[in-house]
Amino acid sequence: MRELTFPITDPQDVLDLRAGDEVLVQGHIIGIRDRTQIRIFDQGVEPPMNLSGAFLLHTAPGVRKVGEGKYEPVSIGTTTSARMVRFTEPLGRDYGVRAICGKGGFPDEAIEPLRTYGMVYFAIVGGAAALETTQIEEIEEVAWEDLMPECLWKFRVKDFGPLIVGIDAHGNSVFHDVQESAKKKLEEIYARL
Amino acid sequence: MKSAVHPARKSPDFRALVEDAAAHLYVWALKDIPQDLRDALADARDRETSVSGKRVLEIIHRNVEIADSQSNLVCQDTGIAVYTCRVGEHFPLHPARIYEALRDGTARATLEHPLRSNTVHTLTRENTGPNVGHRVPIVHWEFIPDWDGLDVKCVPKGSGSENMSFLKMCVPADGVKGIKQFVLESIVGAGGKPCPPGIVGVGIGGSADYAMYLAKEAIARPVGTHNPDPEVAKLEDELYGLLNETGIGPMGLGGDVTVLSCHVEHADTHMTLNPVAVNYQCWAARRASARVAADGSVEYDRDA
Repeated sequence: MRELTFPITDPQDVLDLRAGDEVLVQGHIIGIRDRTQIRIFDQGVEPPMNLSGAFLLHTAPGVRKVGEGKYEPVSIGTTTSARMVRFTEPLGRDYGVRAICGKGGFPDEAIEPLRTYGMVYFAIVGGAAALETTQIEEIEEVAWEDLMPECLWKFRVKDFGPLIVGIDAHGNSVFHDVQESAKKKLEEIYARL
Repeated sequence: MKSAVHPARKSPDFRALVEDAAAHLYVWALKDIPQDLRDALADARDRETSVSGKRVLEIIHRNVEIADSQSNLVCQDTGIAVYTCRVGEHFPLHPARIYEALRDGTARATLEHPLRSNTVHTLTRENTGPNVGHRVPIVHWEFIPDWDGLDVKCVPKGSGSENMSFLKMCVPADGVKGIKQFVLESIVGAGGKPCPPGIVGVGIGGSADYAMYLAKEAIARPVGTHNPDPEVAKLEDELYGLLNETGIGPMGLGGDVTVLSCHVEHADTHMTLNPVAVNYQCWAARRASARVAADGSVEYDRDA
């Protein structure tokens, strides 16, 4: 299994990945969700964290407040990515994000922006929050606490994953392929109903 | 698995008992998934042949073990609290007060644990409190004559799977074939979004709203149970087989196991109606039940 440390400094690290590869992630990841991205892109507010080379996780964690601006994890898991697909292009173009991770797959409209900006989409197992929480070493920073729990989070992780490359930076999407073959299968099933 | 809490000698405070039961059920459901589901997930892991699908099911298995050993939530989505109550005619607490007790128990569990608060005003999107709000929790009622007990089932419903809910008002000429096609296209269209492999709930007949309610009732049934009507049970088995032929697989990454079970609930309908509703329940199909007796004893039941 490959290992990658984020934020990445060499874009090649992400370009080398292929759909279906399994990856373990180290370093820092950024938690982001619907309202966080609505604030950045629809309301035009600059995010107070550097997203260059970043790994974004679609999450709204369950946390316990332990001090001013300080939280510890209770249950950190991953939400459905498809709702946020329209932010893919500006995340790559304007901020240099290199990886987006979530659950449930990413629609085909993500394929082109991911290829253009050299990004990948990582699939994680939805609902596996008990495991994911053990891979978060610390919540190092939080911004936009007024959006709780849809804040901008910075997590330090260890052995985060395993993740599966769902869409690579070369136009290959596991989800696209699975859908195409399922639709063919449906035709066949309908014919014998 | 059952465990019982016995009453104090003096006359029980049913308002407090039901509130305690709701608080316990909500957290219990989130942490400890039922045995029928564990068995179905283990079976899925053993028969899945795709590399990614097998990996997903191994991770699910590890996740459930960690939730057990650390007494943590299986999934971070504490859901929207949905309860089903079967109230006996002679149960000592009126449903108006049962509702208050369920609401207060949900709020208390959320604050005490703490659990993530998900409930927002549907237009302003502002948080409305500790998993309670206007008409939340959602409670479904059934009233049982000649009985003095109360059954409460708590189903914290995650949004990833609830977003994958579909309704079609088929016409009578679409027949059973129309029902099957709609279920199949719904689940293929949902892909990995509702966290497969889970339970597909199908509601047929009744009216539009009732078909959707029946689909919700169907997802709350234990894996492996069948509709008592043999015609409907046959449809459950057929749909289960067909859905697993689609190859959507665990988390939509492709594979043999797309659903663990397909449950169908039905109601009679109007001669010109043929409603079909689909409600999905994720692999972490959380549910927990309790029975409150008229003597104030509370029996928690994992298998219901």
